[in-house]
Amino acid sequence: NPYAELVARLRAAWLSGKTRPMEYRVAQLEALGRFLDEKKQEILEATALDMGKPRFEAEFSEIILCKNELHETLNNLSHWMKDEHVYKNTATRLDSAFIRKDPYGVVLIIAPWNYPIHLFLVPLIGAIAAGNCVIVKPSEMTKNSEKLVAEVLPNYLDKDCFAVVTASVQETTRLLENKFDYIFYTGIPSVGRIIMTAAAKHLTPVTLELGGKNPCYVSDTCDVQNVAQRVAWGRFFNAGQTCIAPDYILCSVEMQEKLVVALSKVVNDFYGSNPRESPDFGRIVGDKQFQRLYALLCSGQVAIGGETDEAERYIAPTVLVDVLPSDPVMQEEIFGPILPIVTVANMDEAIDFINSRERPLVVYAFSSNSKVVNQVLERTSSGGFCGNDTLMHVTLTSLPFGGIGSSGLGKYHGKFTFDTFSHHRGCLHRNMGMEVFNALRYPPYTQQKLGMVRAASEVKRKGTCTLL
Amino acid sequence: QPSFEAYFTEILLCKNELNGTLNNLSHWMKDEHVDKNLVTQLDSAFIRKDPYGVVLIIAPWNYPIHLFLVPLIGAIAAGNCVVVKPSETTKNSERLVAEMLSCYLDNDCFAVVTASVQETTRLLENKFDYIFFTGTPSVGRIIMTAAAKHLTPVTLELGGKNPCYVSDTCDVQNVAQRVAWGRFFNAGQTCIAPDYILCSVEMQEKLMPALREAITEFFGSNPRESPDFGRIVGDKQFRRVRALLCSGRVAIGGQTDEKERYIAPTVLADVLPSDPAMQEEIFGPILPIVVVANMDEAIDFINARPRPLAIYAFSCDSKVVNQVLERTSSGGFCGNDTLMHVTLTSLPFGGIGSSGLGKYHGKFTFDTFSHHRGCLHRNMGLEALNALRYPPYTQQKLGLLTATFEIKRKGMCTLL
Repeated sequence: NPYAELVARLRAAWLSGKTRPMEYRVAQLEALGRFLDEKKQEILEATALDMGKPRFEAEFSEIILCKNELHETLNNLSHWMKDEHVYKNTATRLDSAFIRKDPYGVVLIIAPWNYPIHLFLVPLIGAIAAGNCVIVKPSEMTKNSEKLVAEVLPNYLDKDCFAVVTASVQETTRLLENKFDYIFYTGIPSVGRIIMTAAAKHLTPVTLELGGKNPCYVSDTCDVQNVAQRVAWGRFFNAGQTCIAPDYILCSVEMQEKLVVALSKVVNDFYGSNPRESPDFGRIVGDKQFQRLYALLCSGQVAIGGETDEAERYIAPTVLVDVLPSDPVMQEEIFGPILPIVTVANMDEAIDFINSRERPLVVYAFSSNSKVVNQVLERTSSGGFCGNDTLMHVTLTSLPFGGIGSSGLGKYHGKFTFDTFSHHRGCLHRNMGMEVFNALRYPPYTQQKLGMVRAASEVKRKGTCTLL
Repeated sequence: QPSFEAYFTEILLCKNELNGTLNNLSHWMKDEHVDKNLVTQLDSAFIRKDPYGVVLIIAPWNYPIHLFLVPLIGAIAAGNCVVVKPSETTKNSERLVAEMLSCYLDNDCFAVVTASVQETTRLLENKFDYIFFTGTPSVGRIIMTAAAKHLTPVTLELGGKNPCYVSDTCDVQNVAQRVAWGRFFNAGQTCIAPDYILCSVEMQEKLMPALREAITEFFGSNPRESPDFGRIVGDKQFRRVRALLCSGRVAIGGQTDEKERYIAPTVLADVLPSDPAMQEEIFGPILPIVVVANMDEAIDFINARPRPLAIYAFSCDSKVVNQVLERTSSGGFCGNDTLMHVTLTSLPFGGIGSSGLGKYHGKFTFDTFSHHRGCLHRNMGLEALNALRYPPYTQQKLGLLTATFEIKRKGMCTLL
């Protein structure tokens, strides 16, 4: 077991209590802040090399959003760490009853390649804030980012308690044989199953941030230009390699026509007449992914884009129309700059379409009519939801971010990350004396005692009057 | 189960959970509106509580009503459909639930399934949207492995050996009563029962007469004749628990009757870590005492073992209780009493490590069975506000975007 020693070392560090004091956690978190500040250029360069990520996009997703999570955590950590005192009943009125936030111990964070800094760093912030020791396994797909994290990050953090491990798929399997106290995985459902099965052997709790096909319903009553801008932005950001990107559009035949015109203009506004020359449009991360995406293009009809360049791993911002549910592009999460449009008769058909498929990470609905947006929200199930925009719901640290069904298990961002990585321990601290109060519960049992025990501990049903 | 104990655990505590849920359901179900940043100031941002769908609840035999009913309350409250699988070990309770419960609930949405171990394996091949299991760690692993195939979230309420540290500064009589109550309730068949005592040699000596007195007060001189003391659930369990008696020396009790599945309230003294009683969760009316030199040794002893469902610490000195709490890890904790922490619906109840995963009771049950869906509802217009984020990208746009999005680090002054 090549990782046994590392895991044992971190477990010993955790048992020593080193990570418990708030000052320690704050110091580590501040060091992460310095990593983001001092290594910003290196981060922007690495992600540019790995997948042609435009600097603006990298700075926004890999630096700014991470710093927000960091500041949110530092601003609130002392409050989050405090014991939460809870409501007591008659029997416990004189006691101390509270929820203690304990760390789990040694946490494993496995990150994917599409936002290679953000998707390990944001969980790491919460894991450190909650007092854990952490092993980070960055993605082996994005070699420049992986090297940056493996070589540079350990210099910022306490090496007794935090480590970065670089590992191939087989090596990760060996890593998972070890007992961790929490595993946080971001990636695809098929690997999520493998992770959870490995975790089950040790009864290790997990958070799995997975994916799926995020539907985007566009009703007939909307501002077509605005919709086109917001959907194009969400779809083509990072060349489509975003777990919460709108995966496909559902709309009427009439709306499809209007949207194509609007989307064509938007793509031009964003990237110019030849997006390949735009510095603001990314590339596909690797040859295998490029080939996979290339194969999806023969679905429906190419209405916008469709050009590719294998050497550059370039796929043009593409819109496909009249796509059928049986087409290749509708069989898997796209994870590229291709936006299929599937026509439906009306909102009910769109909702049925969504509900007959796996529950996605996010459902999008566009309508000037709030009732339509609310209906789609009400009658579907997904990790998250955004009405009249794409991606934005995950930039609010006060909203939980996570999937349901095959799109995932668990949630994070903001305080939810801290809560994910803490064990909420129910605690009662009673008085050594005052034994007379306990006498009612002891044998020999009598009806009278039972009546009094009930009176002391029962929760009554409150009246159902509503104050008008 | 003595009817007092059954009434308390299977009726009263369940009604408390029910009333607590009914009293608060409309509040729990509401969308929770959340803090917004500058960019989303004009939007609606909230957490919607959605049901998972079809939930499976697998219950054990020791509190056969309570341990399916309390999860069921939360699952229903959260809007799910539910399949309940009561334990096949307690045949009368199983039959009662299977035959009677369906008369009270909507048969379209709720069902009771009776199943053996093999049949339960077949049941688990189906895709559920949530699985709630109470039982042993070994079966917990099987459940989680089955759930992993469908990426089904789980709550596992398992068990372990709950240590009970008794410091030298305490009221011995009170400690003896509270520990005896927790240990012998339901003839010891309680997942949060104090499993073993850790104390000094001197305290062991003081505890013994106090425990003897408590047991006599509770159950009389011959507990076998007391209507207030339970029996072991089955022959297999009886034999398992009986085999643990050859550990240390029997200081109190030790009598058994196989026909009645009776094991006397028993205290074992001078038990060694290598003894049979220390190799598994006892789940019977046997209380071993393991001697340690001091609190530090007790804490090391606890930390060298799998994390239990509960840790108990008795001391007149609050600092001692707090030290044990601070330096150990467990599902829950109770200072100066046993079992009581789980009767407060405002405290989360669940394990950590091999004692479990997830939590419930009160609102925590509702939250367990709801998916917290982050929702943002923006305006169809006001597109000018979004322009900063669109390509073509410029440094100026980035600067302005940062200003509207960023969360700044607050100053470090504390108001005294």
